[in-house]
Amino acid sequence: MSSPIIEIQGISKSYTIGKKEAYGSLRDEIMQTITAPFRRRAKGAITDADDTTIWALKDVSFEVQEGEVIGIIGRNGAGKSTLLKILSRITEPTSGRIVMHGRVASLLEVGTGFHPELTGRENIFLNGALLGMTRAEIKAKFDEIVAFSEIEKFLDTPVKRYSSGMYVRLAFAVAAHLEPEILIVDEVLAVGDVRFQRKCMEKMGDVSKAGRTVLFVSHSMPAITRLCQRALLLSEGGVLKDGPAHQVVNAYFHSDMGSTAIREWPDLNKSPGDDVVRLRKVSVLTEEGKVSDAIDIRHPITLEMRYDVLKPGVMLTPVFRLSNQEGIVLFTAIDIDPYWRKQPRPTGHYTTTVRIPGNLLSEGSISVLASISTISPTAKRLSEKDVVSFQIVDSMNGDSARGDWGGEILGVIRPMLNWATNKEE
Amino acid sequence: MKNEIVIEPKRGWVPVNFREIWKFRELFYFLAWRDVKVKYKQTALGVIWAILQPFLTMVVFSMLFGRFAGIPSDGVPYPIFVYIGLLPWQYFASVLGQSTNSVVSGGEMVSKIYFPRLIMPVSTAIAAILDFCIAAVILGLMMIYYDMSVSATIVLVPLLVLLTMMNAVGFGMWFSALNVRYRDIQYAIPFGIQIWMFVTPVIYPTSLFGERYAWLLALNPMGGVIEAFRPAVLGHMPIPWTALGISAAIGLLIFVSGVFYFRRVERYFADVI
Repeated sequence: MSSPIIEIQGISKSYTIGKKEAYGSLRDEIMQTITAPFRRRAKGAITDADDTTIWALKDVSFEVQEGEVIGIIGRNGAGKSTLLKILSRITEPTSGRIVMHGRVASLLEVGTGFHPELTGRENIFLNGALLGMTRAEIKAKFDEIVAFSEIEKFLDTPVKRYSSGMYVRLAFAVAAHLEPEILIVDEVLAVGDVRFQRKCMEKMGDVSKAGRTVLFVSHSMPAITRLCQRALLLSEGGVLKDGPAHQVVNAYFHSDMGSTAIREWPDLNKSPGDDVVRLRKVSVLTEEGKVSDAIDIRHPITLEMRYDVLKPGVMLTPVFRLSNQEGIVLFTAIDIDPYWRKQPRPTGHYTTTVRIPGNLLSEGSISVLASISTISPTAKRLSEKDVVSFQIVDSMNGDSARGDWGGEILGVIRPMLNWATNKEE
Repeated sequence: MKNEIVIEPKRGWVPVNFREIWKFRELFYFLAWRDVKVKYKQTALGVIWAILQPFLTMVVFSMLFGRFAGIPSDGVPYPIFVYIGLLPWQYFASVLGQSTNSVVSGGEMVSKIYFPRLIMPVSTAIAAILDFCIAAVILGLMMIYYDMSVSATIVLVPLLVLLTMMNAVGFGMWFSALNVRYRDIQYAIPFGIQIWMFVTPVIYPTSLFGERYAWLLALNPMGGVIEAFRPAVLGHMPIPWTALGISAAIGLLIFVSGVFYFRRVERYFADVI
């Protein structure tokens, strides 16, 4: 093959976190500038003790050939999104160099730039222009976009009246018709109904069949193995494995890091929370108390959170919120343990668990949000979205709520109910 | 191979990529068109607001400053005098305000889509032109009412509008970029615009201060423009070329430095916004 279409050479990206960043006020900045000469003199003694630089990506290098479809996988925070943001030129790398040949389109979040007050038709043009299409190009593709999105009837309705499904369909349709040489996709398929997801997958398949290059980030391993020949596994900002998709996915599943069912913060200062309480660990446990990211639909699940109370005398309420892969909230569980409910907590290490009965959740991927609140006054002490996730699997032995039915079952829950049928004589 | 894109950390001053801006030229239009479309949605009076604002301001100012305070107006009826001042001023103020907020309010786009960021503060100037034109029609009606004729120098008005645009966008680029990091700006600007109007010859003529201070008012890039706007339309006195020249030079300086400052700091927009 000829020279690669994308060459990534030693890309690194650092963010500075801490008090002196982002929303610094002008006053702070002026004060810093004034005091800078004095501080510099004192600095020699301190050195970089409070190092607040984190590396989202560290020395990432790989090459992509024209026409390749590459999946990028890894845990939350592994650097996937940062990599895509650099590739789509939204943010700059701190060091390194990338050379790309051809037009790049990125679907980092479809529908960005849509204006709720404008109609579907108007938004097609606006969004197309934002993505770098000319008016002539959009006009030429207009009918195709409308047909793909299936919103013909609502073309002249403001998109604020659209359902979220329609919104996403339209947005994907615009972006998918951009006809770039390089397409960068971040998890867009996590939205919309199953049928439209399939359609999007087909469209992406077409794009790659047409000889275009696709970079695809997803948490859905089946989607990765189906669409991609090659996959990259990112971990802590580096490329851990690069190879045929099924091998990399396998490696991901069999590594400890592949477990989405446990999350720990060894460093108290970097853990979520405030001066009252800090989250240390969240995990998904089986009946036997083992960490597991795949749980039998028939068995109960235990969610556990460990946290440190740093300031005494505050009443705390741990909360778990479960959502499915479509982002639908299944339920919110609030700690009602009578002992601690109205009891100011002394400082110390705490573990709170909640048991979810078996035969309740549907098959599929469940994402957990963990939070700790104070009720009066109402305040969220911490809240971590997608902190852990797990799969509900049905081994199809015939004794689950699906009975002998082997096909798809709709519904966000799947309780085991008592059925009775009497034949009348 | 076709259009090669190189991504690497940039340092220092970044030149403007005109080729790329040209490629995205239609985005100016679409963003402006969006602003126009959306502006008067769900308002009962709609586009009448574009007339009401300068007109009511003119009425109030004419009473307060023209009648009661007796501020001179170079021999022109005070309502006409103040309205011609308000036209470019309100255009300037509205573009400056929107331009300052453009990057932060478009934060979602900045952090999700790549496009030349400069388009955001600049496109606000295009949308506001419509309001300016609508308000200008009222000026025509007022001049008929006062039985005043239009001077031939009115051909200079497009140039003056262009200068106003340059001033507004020039400051807009500075402030929108600063606003990303220092949200103080968005609080300071509305207040600053109010004060600014009073140091600009909108409600009074420069002649009020005599020759000695005329240059001081011209240092304000909007000062010379507004002072030239009236004679350009009415021809009641010679156009103050020196003041206009000074104002235009300063405006140009702000504009060029604004472009460079914006380009220099836009690299961290997505990380900070």
